[in-house]
Amino acid sequence: MITRFLWQGMDRSLRIFILLVLAIGVALPLLNQLTPPGSAFHVPAWLMQLMGKYLCYALLALAVDLVWGFCGILSLGHGAFFALGGYCMGMYLMRQIGSRGVYGNPLLPDFMVFLNYKELPWFWYGFNHFWFAMIMVVVIPSLLALALGWFAFRSRVTGVYLSIITQAMTFALMLAFFRNDMGLGGNNGMTDFKEILGFSVQADGTRAVLYFASAVALALGLIVSAAVVGSRFGKALTAVRDAESRMRFLGYRVEGYKLFVFVLSAAMAGIAGALYVPQVGIINPSEFSPANSIEAVLWVAVGGRGTLIGPVIGAFIVNFGKTWLTGALPEVWLFALGALFIVVTLLLPKGVVGLWGQIKARSQAKKARAPA
Amino acid sequence: MSNRSTSALLYLSGVTVSFDGFKALNNLSLLVEPGEMRAIIGPNGAGKTTMMDVVTGKTRPDSGEVVFDGKADLTKLDEASIATLGIGRKFQKPTVFENHTVRDNLLLALAGLRKWHRLLLAQPTKAENARLAEILAIIRMEEQQHMLGARLSHGQKQWLEIGMLLAQDPKLLLVDEPVAGMTDVETETTAQVLREINRTHSVVVVEHDMSFVRALGVKVTVLHEGSMLAEGTLDQVSADQRVVEVYLGR
Amino acid sequence: MLFLRPLAMLLPALASALIAATALAADLPALVAGLTTGGFGDRETAIGAMAASGEQRAAPILEALAAGQLYVRKSDNLVLIGKPDGNQLALTEAISGKPAGSGSEAELDRVRVNNRLRGVIEAAVGSLTLMSPDAKVRREAAEALFKRRDASSLAALDAALAAEKDPRIKRAMSEARAASVLASDAPPPQKLDAIALVRERADRDSLGVLEATANSATDPEVKAAAGAGAGAVRQTLAAWEAAQNVWYGISLGSVLLLAAIGLAITFGTMGVINMAHGEMVMLGAYTTFVVQDIIRTSAPHLFDASLLIALPLAFVVAGGIGILIERGIIRFLYGRPLDTLLATWGLSLVLQQAVRSIFGSSNREVGAPSWMSGAFQVGQINVTYGRLWIVVFSLIVFAALILLLRKTPLGLYMRAVTQNRPMASAMGIRTPRVDALTFGLGSGIAGLAGVALSQIDNVSPNLGQGYIIDSFMVVVFGGVGNLFGTLIGALTLGVVNKFLEPYAGAVLGKILVLVFIILFIQRRPRGLFALKGRSVE
Repeated sequence: MITRFLWQGMDRSLRIFILLVLAIGVALPLLNQLTPPGSAFHVPAWLMQLMGKYLCYALLALAVDLVWGFCGILSLGHGAFFALGGYCMGMYLMRQIGSRGVYGNPLLPDFMVFLNYKELPWFWYGFNHFWFAMIMVVVIPSLLALALGWFAFRSRVTGVYLSIITQAMTFALMLAFFRNDMGLGGNNGMTDFKEILGFSVQADGTRAVLYFASAVALALGLIVSAAVVGSRFGKALTAVRDAESRMRFLGYRVEGYKLFVFVLSAAMAGIAGALYVPQVGIINPSEFSPANSIEAVLWVAVGGRGTLIGPVIGAFIVNFGKTWLTGALPEVWLFALGALFIVVTLLLPKGVVGLWGQIKARSQAKKARAPA
Repeated sequence: MSNRSTSALLYLSGVTVSFDGFKALNNLSLLVEPGEMRAIIGPNGAGKTTMMDVVTGKTRPDSGEVVFDGKADLTKLDEASIATLGIGRKFQKPTVFENHTVRDNLLLALAGLRKWHRLLLAQPTKAENARLAEILAIIRMEEQQHMLGARLSHGQKQWLEIGMLLAQDPKLLLVDEPVAGMTDVETETTAQVLREINRTHSVVVVEHDMSFVRALGVKVTVLHEGSMLAEGTLDQVSADQRVVEVYLGR
Repeated sequence: MLFLRPLAMLLPALASALIAATALAADLPALVAGLTTGGFGDRETAIGAMAASGEQRAAPILEALAAGQLYVRKSDNLVLIGKPDGNQLALTEAISGKPAGSGSEAELDRVRVNNRLRGVIEAAVGSLTLMSPDAKVRREAAEALFKRRDASSLAALDAALAAEKDPRIKRAMSEARAASVLASDAPPPQKLDAIALVRERADRDSLGVLEATANSATDPEVKAAAGAGAGAVRQTLAAWEAAQNVWYGISLGSVLLLAAIGLAITFGTMGVINMAHGEMVMLGAYTTFVVQDIIRTSAPHLFDASLLIALPLAFVVAGGIGILIERGIIRFLYGRPLDTLLATWGLSLVLQQAVRSIFGSSNREVGAPSWMSGAFQVGQINVTYGRLWIVVFSLIVFAALILLLRKTPLGLYMRAVTQNRPMASAMGIRTPRVDALTFGLGSGIAGLAGVALSQIDNVSPNLGQGYIIDSFMVVVFGGVGNLFGTLIGALTLGVVNKFLEPYAGAVLGKILVLVFIILFIQRRPRGLFALKGRSVE
């Protein structure tokens, strides 16, 4: 039954796309590990790290799309779930440093020694275990989404009001995490990680595995999203997006539907954040900045909301542009980003995927006309 | 909470709703018997739509009783619960799910599964498929069943919505101005369909169009400024001096 | 460390003789000579003698001594006051007050003081200045003595009280005397009177006096009276503190109101969510900067009028850009609020970067005109003119907007279009034009806010970002589409924020307010003063 559930949502193009994601996920690390650095096929570690970052962004974009594209909830706070997942992973990595920190304290991370902490705060307990941290990566963002969504959906906060609330949420969290007495590293956040599961985070081999894990996570995210969206639940979900009150008059308790996708989406964002942190080597409160969350929304808009492939493509396109432009013409980047927001909403509401669909439909229409 | 042991399907007593001092409903009382079809008429602002909102749980009354089927206090329930109890509502403007196929529209409306966790793994049962085929036949849309709602014509949307109401199978059906903007032929067909539905369901129709109400040939309630002005056959209420005044102006 | 002059070692007897003589004769040169000779103990005696002399010219000399600015020139032993002037010291003769050119530290010996001497000097200056012909100096002296509460100043205070005519200064002196009595070993009845007097003052200093008395008094009656007095003063102070917080809250609220009121128009009445609203505020602030820049270089005498000149310009600049935005972007997105949100966010990035490219990313200096600087006291509330003007200005803008909406044809059209667009259109109102003007009005008001905010915030490209979330919170909290709700919302949030700050700190206070509003919106999704009815659905 479960396999049927997972299988039914996928059409052929999505299956191919997922295979493609997995293929890239396998190929890059293999090319990095098995070819000599001089070879034409060699993938340098920095490229793999960059692509790994993009894969995490793509998973975040998919999470945003699940609530926005399929349920009409424009969350401007998904960066918060991403960052919370990242912090959970960061806490595990901090505890793995052990006595190798600058102060050599076996229990307390450096910033706590620096801030004169005498003992480990209670919420750090358990984060020395990988399994515990991984559970928290999913649980903490989900709990926040559950609490916020439970209140908001029950009192029928919708549309821009909900967007503003989610933005206020991530803004408040950013302010909170900037405080030193939160016990989470203050404005410096957490960095200088040493090991993950006993392997050095700097080693190419570890990076290859992390990269591969990101690709697998994205593929799983796509499969689960496709299953949810393709089920009868998914049909109800898009119906809620299109005509919420009509669904209520049909007897659907809309809150439950919204809450489930919101929590699922937050969990996906948390996983993306957790995979992101060991690959970039740092997590700090600026990940909570409202601008980050809204940028993730842009990836979805560029790729095509309401499709599953769109957000992945959008995340890659926009971030590739960002990496290239911030390097080549830093002043232009914000102009380009701003203009992209305007152009996509005004001219490309269905994104790149929608544009492709239009072109395909047009050429098919031409073909259909030709024999007649 | 006095007389609950009524046989009425829908029982409104002393219902008052005010918006910023303006009384949209003023001490309105109304009884609809099981199996009955009732037409409600009244000039603009008489409170017809607000009455529907109160019954379906969209608006909470400031005071008064609203009881369904002799037991359910509708003033305490939300839209979803009221719909599940068996009250369906058809809006003036046909609202179908535009990004869903005709079949999916009907599937969503089909009585039964409503809980999100049940729907995640639900597969259409044989009974459901049979019922869908039946409804598609009634509304003569078998050929369009895989067409998206957005691509239907206005008339087809009306039919689809009727199909959705059949699929929902409510005990009481509230219909808001079903023939607004329709041709005479369409109006006649709609009257027929409503009478058809009335064989198995109770119906309350809100309507402006007198010829349509005449065609229905049912008991009429006249609303004015949020209260009931008159009740009876169309001929009776048309003869009522106050009704004439309200409709023709003083 | 200890700097002893040879003269002092040779002539200790002479020095004390001199002091004895001068105490009677009030011979300033001799007194000053006593000051610069001998050890710290001798200096203390000399200071006491100077205080007793009542010689007015002694006060600046003692003040210079306390500040470490009294010198003896090595070449001629002349006593000089030296004030830093670049690398040199600008010198004046201590006794005559005549300028004596300048000199370097190397040519001079500084007359040393220690902390104990500083205290003695302060008291001496206090009693000297008590007799000053200048009323302001006498008043300040009395205040200084009140804070010192030193039994040794009793004599000087008694003398000054006898001579004093001004009732307010007399009052201040008797309070100072009361404080000194409490520090002395006067009998309990006198102390009880003194406690009553100090208690009436009811400020932070009198609380200090009473608490010290309550701690140190041996007589149980005095101890109890001082304790009770301190309690009463504490209550009064708490009330004043609350009042001060209310004022700070109103001040913050008026800033929120200014930032939010334009949004109340565009979001509240038009339903257009403009994430670039903060950037309209920023443009207003930069307009102020440009106006001041031009005035500084070409017409400095107009500086005090710079804000008044900037106001209409900021309105036109922000309003004009607002109209361009409405015509160029927003009108294509009516009915798609989420897309409007994204497009205007993009626009805000473009505007920020544009300003950064033109003016640079660092903070720009916007000066305050003279009528906006300074402060005054109301009771124990400190009110700065700058904040006061911003409160007044925000209320003026609010009133003007209400008038505009209620009394002008544009206001009528705006209300008509927002209530029933097709009907307004059918009646011949050109709705697209009204849309553009409404949006322009909201943006223009944001520009006005920018002029005011340039006075209290850093003028940088990020200025607007800090206000956008707050503004939305105010509008949503107050009730969308209700301008009075926005007013109440802004003031409430301002006051709540300021009352939370002392307990939670500024950042945590802000977080708490955000959480509070998030929860509040859940309970009342349409705000404090929501419009009810079918139209809002």
